[in-house]
Amino acid sequence: MFSLEKRKTPSKAWSLATPILAVALTMIAGAIMFSLLGKPPLEALRTIFIDPIFSEQFGAYSRPQLLVKAGPLILIAIGLSLGFRAGIWNIGAEGQYIMGAIFGAAAGLALYPLEAWWIFPMMVIVGCLGGLLWAMIPAILRTHFNTNEILVSLLLVYVAEEILKAMATGALRNPDGGGFPGSRNLSKWVSSQNTEIIANSGMHWGVVTAFITVIFAYVLLSRHMLGFHIQLAGQSPRAAKFAGVNPKALVITCMGIAGGLAGLAGLFEVTGPAGQISTDFNSGYGFTAIIVAFLGRLHPVGIVLAGLLMALTYIGGELAQLMLGLPAASIQAFQGMLLFFLLAVDVLTNYRIRMNKGAK
Amino acid sequence: MLTQPPLLRIDTVTKAYPGVVANDSVSFEIQPGEVHALLGENGAGKSTLVKMIYGLVRPDSGTMELNGAPFAPVEPRAARASGVAMVFQHFSLFDALNVAENIALGMENPPPQRTLAARITEVSEAYGLPLDPFRTVGDLSAGERQRVEIIRCLLQDPKLLIMDEPTSVLTPQEVEILFKTLNKLSDEGTAILYISHKLEEIRALCDTATVLRLGKVVGTCTPRDETARAMAEMMVGGTLHQPSRDRHPQGDVVLRVNDLSQPAPSAFGTALKNISFDLHQGEILGIGGVAGNGQDELLAAISGEVLSPKGTLSVQGDDIGPLGPTARRGLAILAAPEERLGHAAAPDMSLIENALMTGATRENLTSRGFIKWNDARTFAEKIIKTFDVRTPGPDNAARALSGGNLQKFVVGREVLQRPDVLVVNQPTWGVDASAAADIRQAILDLAAGGAAVIVISQDLDELMEISDNFAALNEGRLSPARPALGLTIDEIGLMLGGGAAQEAAHV
Amino acid sequence: MDLSAINPAVLVASIMIAATPILLAALGELVVEKSGVLNLGVEGMMITGAICGFIVTVETGSPFLGFIAAAAGGAFLSLIFAVLTQYLLSNQVATGLALTLFGLGVASLLGHSYVGINPPSVPKLDLGPVSDIPYIGTMFLRHDAVVYFGIALTIAVWATLKYSRIGLVLRAVGENHDAAHALGYKVIRIRILAIMFGGACAGLGGAYLSLVRVPQWTEGITAGAGWIALAIVVFASWRPGVVLLGAYLFGGVTLLQLNLQAAGLAVPVEYLSMSPYLITILVLVIMSSRKGRASLSAPASLGHPFQASR
Repeated sequence: MFSLEKRKTPSKAWSLATPILAVALTMIAGAIMFSLLGKPPLEALRTIFIDPIFSEQFGAYSRPQLLVKAGPLILIAIGLSLGFRAGIWNIGAEGQYIMGAIFGAAAGLALYPLEAWWIFPMMVIVGCLGGLLWAMIPAILRTHFNTNEILVSLLLVYVAEEILKAMATGALRNPDGGGFPGSRNLSKWVSSQNTEIIANSGMHWGVVTAFITVIFAYVLLSRHMLGFHIQLAGQSPRAAKFAGVNPKALVITCMGIAGGLAGLAGLFEVTGPAGQISTDFNSGYGFTAIIVAFLGRLHPVGIVLAGLLMALTYIGGELAQLMLGLPAASIQAFQGMLLFFLLAVDVLTNYRIRMNKGAK
Repeated sequence: MLTQPPLLRIDTVTKAYPGVVANDSVSFEIQPGEVHALLGENGAGKSTLVKMIYGLVRPDSGTMELNGAPFAPVEPRAARASGVAMVFQHFSLFDALNVAENIALGMENPPPQRTLAARITEVSEAYGLPLDPFRTVGDLSAGERQRVEIIRCLLQDPKLLIMDEPTSVLTPQEVEILFKTLNKLSDEGTAILYISHKLEEIRALCDTATVLRLGKVVGTCTPRDETARAMAEMMVGGTLHQPSRDRHPQGDVVLRVNDLSQPAPSAFGTALKNISFDLHQGEILGIGGVAGNGQDELLAAISGEVLSPKGTLSVQGDDIGPLGPTARRGLAILAAPEERLGHAAAPDMSLIENALMTGATRENLTSRGFIKWNDARTFAEKIIKTFDVRTPGPDNAARALSGGNLQKFVVGREVLQRPDVLVVNQPTWGVDASAAADIRQAILDLAAGGAAVIVISQDLDELMEISDNFAALNEGRLSPARPALGLTIDEIGLMLGGGAAQEAAHV
Repeated sequence: MDLSAINPAVLVASIMIAATPILLAALGELVVEKSGVLNLGVEGMMITGAICGFIVTVETGSPFLGFIAAAAGGAFLSLIFAVLTQYLLSNQVATGLALTLFGLGVASLLGHSYVGINPPSVPKLDLGPVSDIPYIGTMFLRHDAVVYFGIALTIAVWATLKYSRIGLVLRAVGENHDAAHALGYKVIRIRILAIMFGGACAGLGGAYLSLVRVPQWTEGITAGAGWIALAIVVFASWRPGVVLLGAYLFGGVTLLQLNLQAAGLAVPVEYLSMSPYLITILVLVIMSSRKGRASLSAPASLGHPFQASR
């Protein structure tokens, strides 16, 4: 048998090594899963992790997609990571992402077909506010009524999805769309389009915003008192209160940032890659971002790497679906497994494993 | 003697943890009906030893015998089955359950609730420890909670009763009742293993004492025949350093607390009721009281963790009630809470971060919200150097420090910020004697420099040693403060028990 | 709008059916939380149970075997959570979320070839003429065994927690795990058993969705039922009887909005569909703002990791 002994100081080396170890273990488990599904395991892994970038046939399409998919994941995960560090569990980013898209798109569509340079920036701001306001619901219920923010933020995802359906088939439906659900195509309207900044790179405004956010988050966490207070509150709430942190203000701040960033991600998605408000434009980024945040160890740089990796599994998963007929859901299971393995090996960061000699 | 084996024989028992030998070839014997003291400082190995007897920990080597038969309990259940019972220092009780349920949990085959309740009433009355079996344990006082533990043990008819620091939560009057109960048990033939570092108690109660230091037995004695000082030196292994103090005149009122009342912060917390006192420059006000009578709440009210109604707290005439901890630090009102890990310090953060935690404002460690990490490191190093904190360096996590060193760091951090008012709760709890003496000296020096200090403690000896004035907390009420010099133990007992108000009126 | 289409007796009967999945999952989670563990993976365990039960029922033709498989599937998934949180001391919130994400993925992976199949129907109670008693019969006496099992389980959980030794130990572990350990109780073992009980119950609840309530396999069939079950445990202040009430209340809201949709109420369907979630939030707010009451009944060790000190 073995027992765990708490380390006096968390191991820096292991905290860097655990995500890599988790990825390796997930690949092994994934290979087993693929062979159970009757697919050649090594070929499947190669199709998911290597072909999207290096294959001559698919690379030209897949490489830009990496940034397109990583952008929203990173943007949302950065926001979530601040809250998670403070012990505030906003797991309703998916809802905030949807509401950001709806708010921003609605603000833009109200002006259609006006052509003006300020429309897109205005939509960005309104989209951010939309996500922020949606996140304020669990935040304020938490600070005023002590209601569990996990449950409220999550339940609001289902509400947001219903609102999305109502909007796509009602208020925001394209009047020239022949009755089909879905709004006008925002990416084809010059005033509202989220353009690709460098052709064929996948680099749109959302990706740029994500990288700027990463830098801000890095500075906030390493050099600013607010970042320090966020970490203090997460590790020892009583000590934080003693140090003068106002826990309610912290809930509002963290939820606000997370909601705003998720709203931004939604707006950039709906004006760019998705193009329109439709009943299913959201692709679960709000949930996958939770995995990204943990896999990146809630650290801005880690989140960038984790976001890119997770984007790769999306693209590679689509490719494997096309090439090998791998079910789409296997990628979701694969991502869930990754989070499990990460949580499992995480124990090595804070504990030392000791083998017990013989039976005692 | 040969005809009757000892009740419990401990023979060269050793238990090592990584980096520390908790017990090193410990041997001693307990006779039936004997009250046997286990004496030693914090960290001497007392807790490990009793955990082995109670089956919570297994020895690496050595043997134990109970009534002449080998005794190696693999779990507490086995120990209890052999007639060993234990009353823990931190009660192993369940707040949300009632007394009878709590007691049932400690029994192998508890009778139905109704029968059990009747037995609880019966036993509790027989031993002079009245207790209602259907009350929720969370609502009981510390003394009553201890009764639950004791009665839980007594219902098993133990041959050996282990008591771990039982009096630290009791008033002197409650201690007297407890001692009567223990003497009665001893007369009936139950042996008692009594763990304490309070020497006068041991002299009053125990037949034999085994003294532990750094995991080894350093002596056995008959406490009645020894002086407290001789036993203390045996325990510490050298001569004790007594803090020096000069009585000095007190200055103007710095902090005025005026009719402060506050609701309990949580279901099992204590409400503060009509607290009033004045604190002067250079004064050390000692506040005694049994744990859980409002100590944490009083500290929180002064530190600013809990805001107070208008007009109840003022410093040099200014109302500070609505100000939070950071603003109060700006006004030189500082505090060091009791709970080191998780309240006074963040366990997983480095000492630099912990220095920043309360030092940001007064030590000027930030500029427009950005942290000056180099200055924070310098401040942490200054604390470590000035207060002789033993650590490899300021980058180490707070939890890597021993209790005494972390306490020196926490007290030092506040003292170095030049407070006008400092509140410390249990400054030497769980700290070894030499660190405790250093901390007391630092508090005395601070007051000598003109700061006003409130020391909240359950250690009456400590309070008598360093305070100018003494007051007691009882159920959230504070007695009027009286000069510490010349207070008798009876008077203190009355103050702790809440009888001081009437008493003071007659004086 | 035509409300006369709503038949009160049928409505009550349907409420009992609508409530059963959530009742089962919430009872399981109640036991888990009473032991001091917060498992947010109910949604994942439910949907795993839903697909396991569905597959086995379709393949064997026996709903009974299906429900057994659903319980086993849910319990197996919860075992992953148990090992991670109890032995490897991982964060319970994060692990619970991972369980949900993983469960959703695994379920749709297992289920992609079962879409559109109708499962064999689950037999219903038939007491002959007794079941035909007007109103009473329709409302209460014509259900399948799982509906009655849910009610029986409520009573069993209540009585076990309140009167039995194992219930007392379970509550003690959830209240103060250090004290329970000091008294010699196996905290980790008790918690793992509780977690697996919770997983099995969630699995049963999920299978009831795919085999009776819907009855078909569709992706995302649980649609937040697991989260609502979690909310109902809080709403009930950890009391089994109130969990029953909460589940029926929720079933009632769901049914009412479906009936209103059918009756053609002049409100877009989406706003009716979101009402159960909104009402759940509202109830949570009301419960949590009642100071003291709720905080007293929450197990004190809920969500705190336990490691035995040596």
